[in-house]
Amino acid sequence: MTTQTGTSPQDTGHHLTLTVDGRAHEVEVDVRSTLLDTLRERLGVTTVKKGCDHGQCGSCTVLLDGRRHLTCLSLAVQHDGAELTTADGLAATEGGGEGDLHPVQQAFLDRDAYQCGYCTPGQVCSAVGALDELKQGHPSHVTDDLEAEVDLDDDHLDDELRERMSGNLCRCGAYVNILAAIKDAAGVATDGPTTTEEAAR
Amino acid sequence: MRTFTYVRPDDVASAVEAVAADAEARFVAGGSNLVDHLKLGVARPGTLVDVTRLGLDAIEPHEGGLRVGANVRNSDLAAHPVVRQRYPAVARALLAGASGQIRHQATTAGNLLQRTRCVYFQDVTTPCHKREPGSGCSAIEGYGRYNAILGASGSCVAVHPSDLAVALTAVDAVVVVQGPGGERRVPMTELHRLPGDRPQDDTVLEHGDLVTAVELPDSPVAGLSTYYKARDRASYAFALVSVAAAVDLDGDTVRDLRVVWGGVAHRPWRATTLEDRLRGQRLTEETIAAAADAELADAVTGADNAYKPAMVRGATVHALTGLARRAGAATTEGIDA
Repeated sequence: MTTQTGTSPQDTGHHLTLTVDGRAHEVEVDVRSTLLDTLRERLGVTTVKKGCDHGQCGSCTVLLDGRRHLTCLSLAVQHDGAELTTADGLAATEGGGEGDLHPVQQAFLDRDAYQCGYCTPGQVCSAVGALDELKQGHPSHVTDDLEAEVDLDDDHLDDELRERMSGNLCRCGAYVNILAAIKDAAGVATDGPTTTEEAAR
Repeated sequence: MRTFTYVRPDDVASAVEAVAADAEARFVAGGSNLVDHLKLGVARPGTLVDVTRLGLDAIEPHEGGLRVGANVRNSDLAAHPVVRQRYPAVARALLAGASGQIRHQATTAGNLLQRTRCVYFQDVTTPCHKREPGSGCSAIEGYGRYNAILGASGSCVAVHPSDLAVALTAVDAVVVVQGPGGERRVPMTELHRLPGDRPQDDTVLEHGDLVTAVELPDSPVAGLSTYYKARDRASYAFALVSVAAAVDLDGDTVRDLRVVWGGVAHRPWRATTLEDRLRGQRLTEETIAAAADAELADAVTGADNAYKPAMVRGATVHALTGLARRAGAATTEGIDA
């Protein structure tokens, strides 16, 4: 692992260690810095996107200590020592060889689950987190029986994934293919590849 | 954003002392509401005291119920098997709130202490008695769709935004508070206040008081409970109105119940008049609607929020008939709850 030290003029005394995509960084931040601005402006991690900057759009989602998290609503000083995974780091964490995409990333490519792509890193991280929560058996707002296992038959799974992904907006409206991609990644067969024409209907 | 001093104490006593000694100090936990307020200029603390590393992270059995640490995340509380089984209204309320990301970040105590989403409170260019006492209220004659219909005052018509607070009130939860003078316990029914002429005070807590836990008692009504929320979109939106309902049935009749409304007042609104009317009754659309109308006798609406009484009445019928049906009690035919 390499260690980077921030040396820009904004240095004002709060010394943090952040591990981002497996790489340790040492950085001095202004106390007011969000995790999002620290990642983008100080550490050069531009995978993480700033959309609304108020917790409404989900573009800044990363996995923080394994859970999906909004970096825009987080003060960096509160997260000294944290381990973050951005969409960029997902490929390395699963499978092995360099160039192997995470199954969720591959499914987004296969399903054309984006248009402009700006929300995509946040969507991918959120989907990875959501599928992990499903695997752990956590219920959602649309789960009928809180005490039973989450119903993953085809119709229910659509509703479950839509509900669980509601914190991520896509202003291009690629939701149909985002849903298909996440279902693919969840290992659930859907009705064949979605074409652009089908998605446009 | 105004700059501030950041401190992260290791124990509760130090955290309480740090805030109590400094009028401009504030606690911060998950920060999902407060960090936004720092950006907007709604909150301008001189010191932030981080309370996320005080060891308040456990959910433990307690006197036949549960004791939930203040720092337990909303997602962990909603997924807890005992909460799902014995306090379904609490799990449902948590799952109806915010997004998957924010539920991982937001804490139990922070959820209860979040501020109103009144659009004027969050807009520092407009007068707001809650944000700046004495400046005026922009909501009374302004955009009023979200305004309170019960218990409002001439100085504030804001509603409390928490789903969790509504459900915790319905299961008789108690908040454990550590203050400069020691520990005390505050029932959820007494935690939040009506605005009166002090809308800047959302709760009865004093400066330096720290919520350390929430206790869920062994409640006879909580097992058959639910939370129903009406909102502008299917997910990730604050309540227009909401209902937490909890019932103990004796056959078809109500032995005891709790009904608490969200989105209608400055605090979770325990519908005691409605409850009194329904004890000993069967839960039918007619009995519930009549009891809701009695509770709403003093409701005050304007042009923008005139929908709320009918919506909260319908939501209450929906929630209570659904519980009755789940328990196998006879109810009105043909209601799709």
